Amino acid sequence: MGGGFPGTVHILGDLMALARDHELHRRRLGRNMGVGLVLAAFIALVFGLTIAKISGGGTIQAFDHSYRPALDPGVNPEIRRGE
Amino acid sequence: MSDIRAEIIPQTQPGEAGFGDYVRLLKPRVMSLVVFTALVGLLVAPSSLHPIEAFAAIVFIALGGGAAGALNMWWDADIDRQMRRTARRPVPAGTVAPGEALGLGMGLSLISVVMLGLAANWLAAALLAFTIFFYAVVYTIWLKRATPQNIVIGGAAGAFPPMIGWVVATGHIGIEAVLMFALIFMWTPPHFWALALFMNDDYTRAKVPMLTVTHGRRATRAHVWVYTLALVPVALGAGLTSIGGAIYLAVALALNAVFVLGALRIWRRDEAAAEADKYRVEKQFFTFSLFYLFGHFAAFLLEATPWAAAFREQFTFWGI
Repeated sequence: MGGGFPGTVHILGDLMALARDHELHRRRLGRNMGVGLVLAAFIALVFGLTIAKISGGGTIQAFDHSYRPALDPGVNPEIRRGE
Repeated sequence: MSDIRAEIIPQTQPGEAGFGDYVRLLKPRVMSLVVFTALVGLLVAPSSLHPIEAFAAIVFIALGGGAAGALNMWWDADIDRQMRRTARRPVPAGTVAPGEALGLGMGLSLISVVMLGLAANWLAAALLAFTIFFYAVVYTIWLKRATPQNIVIGGAAGAFPPMIGWVVATGHIGIEAVLMFALIFMWTPPHFWALALFMNDDYTRAKVPMLTVTHGRRATRAHVWVYTLALVPVALGAGLTSIGGAIYLAVALALNAVFVLGALRIWRRDEAAAEADKYRVEKQFFTFSLFYLFGHFAAFLLEATPWAAAFREQFTFWGI
């Protein structure tokens, strides 16, 4: 007991007090989790919206650096009509 | 160590807001009505929309409504603090700082309007922006403390969501959208005046010039009766357009008969009778008014289902 540095118990006590989960920490965690979930939902919504807008109800085909007749308006009249 | 403590203690006030406090700032119960009426406006419109676009549009309309609610709570914190019904709201209760409410309201207004424009169309976004402006500035800042006609004119803000839903789907304002707007607009005064009849002390204490405060309960009862009568042709008239039909008219007739009878009872009552039963009739009328509005919009929705179309075909088959 007497071998420790003066104030050690006090410092440890303060550190434990810092580590203890205060009601406020739970509230902040809840707030941060809530904001995180809202942001994740917003990203998912914007992503979904983007897909819905660019697909227009059809399938999406990407340019893949090689000639594809199906995407050529001169070959595929559907592309020319924008359908 | 004392330095660390000095920094921690001021930041660990028990009044710090949780996530739920910010949600309450958006008036979730009002938002649910906004979502429902906007959804009905969107679903009964004669155009189809990609489900994700429709979902996003409803989310952003709801968010716009919530933003208007936050701005209302920011401005009205002083009078909310004095009324029993509103004293526990986040700003008057001290859990959310007024500046935070203002910031959240402005931020969400901007996000909701821009995102609705991108998700649906810019006419719908402009209507949403006007709705937020109307509720936050015209009603909250200007009319609410200035005139007993505050909720008559201010009721327009709550009436816009089904019209916005309709515009999201069609891109234009039709007669059906105008009638859905008119239904909520005409319903708002009797709904709020019934509330004011049994919450008059709150409004008197907060010095809000509700009709009950400026003209007394007798005049308010007469206003409830007259505005309820004026609501009936609007409610039934909507049934004669493309969003109505036999089912809607039957529901509307029943709901309006009960509503008119309730308004008549309110009009004929004197204060002694109302005090004696603690405003039982007024409270019943107020509760029924919520069911009244829900019933009309549920009937609109029912008319848009394939079952209603099959029902109509039966009448056509029998030559009716």
